[in-house]
Amino acid sequence: MELLHGLVLVFVAVGGTAVVLTRDPLAQSMVVSFYGMLLGILFFVFQAPDVALSQLVVGAVALPMMILLALAKAKAEKQ
Amino acid sequence: MSFNSRRNLFFLGMLGFGVLYLWGLKGLPDFGRYEGVYGITLNKVAVAQTHATNLVAAVTFDYRGFDTLGEEFILFAAVVGVAILLRAQRDEAATADEEAEESKDESRSAPHTSDAVRVLGLALIGPTVLFGLYVVAHGHLTPGGGFSGGVVLATAALLVYLTGEYVALRRVSPESLTELAESVGAGGYAAVGFLGLLAGQAFLTNVLPLGTTGQLNSSGTILLINLAVSVEVAGGFSLILAEFLEQTLLVRERKHG
Repeated sequence: MELLHGLVLVFVAVGGTAVVLTRDPLAQSMVVSFYGMLLGILFFVFQAPDVALSQLVVGAVALPMMILLALAKAKAEKQ
Repeated sequence: MSFNSRRNLFFLGMLGFGVLYLWGLKGLPDFGRYEGVYGITLNKVAVAQTHATNLVAAVTFDYRGFDTLGEEFILFAAVVGVAILLRAQRDEAATADEEAEESKDESRSAPHTSDAVRVLGLALIGPTVLFGLYVVAHGHLTPGGGFSGGVVLATAALLVYLTGEYVALRRVSPESLTELAESVGAGGYAAVGFLGLLAGQAFLTNVLPLGTTGQLNSSGTILLINLAVSVEVAGGFSLILAEFLEQTLLVRERKHG
């Protein structure tokens, strides 16, 4: 295990904790997007570029987008 | 249950989990050491057998192509399910708030997009489409393929919405087209499988000419399946995106009306 592997693992651990500790859903959707990107980098560093690409588009783009749209709907309904 | 007893239960659970986790870790092979028989075998034979240099694609679309067909239809069913759920709500509201119709045009154009987002988004649409097509077409050669490429293509539709108006998105990806793409892609995968039966072999057997290893036009049915999957994924994701946006706009309409 090299330094890079350890570094990326620490980043992902910090990112995951940050997602849990963010309590506001709107901010959380942004943090989870960033976390998705970190996870993509992790997969890339651990030599799974196929998974990294899927993770990047789904975790960093598609998932936050769904959350944002759901939030927009819930917010509009409340008003 | 009081706070203390809940906390004790949590620590008890954590203890059990921790013991099992450490026990499981002890049984793992050392970091970087791989002992899977299939992986080692495939590394030796896959390129010669399928002429695909991306072994992940060779495994998912050839060796275990039937599994992937099942996964394909999981995605298909999920997209159809989301579309049905969201559409039922849309119809209910359409009959309930018909007076909302008046303020429709005004509410559709809200809120305003900043120029910076517009320029950046517009500049990104072309490269995104190109990159998506590249990832799809080279799925059998380099990492990527139908799934990731398809989602990248769907992101281009998202960019169109971000930079333009909802109406613009409707114009570039009308519902009928995304629905068609989703089903044609899913059905296309199965149709490729029947090529094997037509040639007198098993379902999903790679019967097409394999071509030269490393060339764009190679690996037989793997390339075809990649294309089918990309059409399905791009269509499915654009459809979900459009349905969600429709919902958000619908709520906005009701609020105004």
